[in-house]
Amino acid sequence: MAHFEKKSASTKQEVPTSAMPDIIFMLLIFFMVTTVLREVTLKVQIDYTRAENIEKIEQKRLVSYIYIGPEKLANNKIGNSKVQIDDSIVEDIKAIRRVMYDKLLEQPKLIVSLRVDSDSEMGLITDVKQELREAGTLRINYSTKREMN
Amino acid sequence: MFNKKREREEAEIPDASMADIAFLLLIFFLVTTTIDVDTGIGLVLPPPPDESQQPPPIKEKNLLKILVNSSGAILIEGEPSAIGEVKQKVMDFIDNNGVNPDLSDSPDKAIVSLKTDRQTPYSTYINMLDEVKGAYKDLRDQESRARFGKEFDNLGDADKSVIKDVYPLKISEAEPDEGS
Repeated sequence: MAHFEKKSASTKQEVPTSAMPDIIFMLLIFFMVTTVLREVTLKVQIDYTRAENIEKIEQKRLVSYIYIGPEKLANNKIGNSKVQIDDSIVEDIKAIRRVMYDKLLEQPKLIVSLRVDSDSEMGLITDVKQELREAGTLRINYSTKREMN
Repeated sequence: MFNKKREREEAEIPDASMADIAFLLLIFFLVTTTIDVDTGIGLVLPPPPDESQQPPPIKEKNLLKILVNSSGAILIEGEPSAIGEVKQKVMDFIDNNGVNPDLSDSPDKAIVSLKTDRQTPYSTYINMLDEVKGAYKDLRDQESRARFGKEFDNLGDADKSVIKDVYPLKISEAEPDEGS
């Protein structure tokens, strides 16, 4: 019988770690680029509706948001439906016209994303839409989440 | 004479903790990242009505009126319909091509008109809009498969506009009623 000698590995069994920082940096840069830090604090409560036939908005630069939903009050209570643009609640619906018109001048290809709470009533939304028409910001998008099946 | 025999120390930045620092930053961005793309139903609003200009005449049969009333019931041309029926009815209406004299003449003349009450729940409105969009999507998919053998979403821009010309998305949101 032949005698087999077990070949033992002569190389050191070590994972090279010198490239580790580079790999980590690459990941880091990826996440830095894709990160969108939340830029507004929501003053209204929004529970998104779901829909199937939705489209993505690719150019986030063009988007301006209008939030519509019940106002968050102290002690976790919620109040009446309010409209929020940027960081403040707009009490006077007619003021939306001017605000949105200014935004349109800055970004002529503006898309207005309406982030509306699913329990809202159409009356307020219709009023907002009429203001948007007056302002000339005609491209709108009803923000919805993808329907889970 | 002084014998300058001092050996110069090698100037080095310690880089052993580099990976740790990078990890820390990485974890921060991992936690704060939201890779949620904005999704939603896109629409283009009509420009504000011009007093001096009359709206263009539209034949009654080329207009499909969908009303969502204050209790969330859907009425298509005055007939109550379940949400599941909306898509098929809209598709029948758009793709009629003059077969049924009560429905549209051709897809590019067909207009879907949406109307809501002030008390209509938003979620019902979105569900209904979703169905109408779904009807257009199905028709466009059907047409693009017949012409190009691909789904509409996978077409190039030029081919897409061909299909869009065949089935233009014409959704009109009626002027709101005053008061009520």
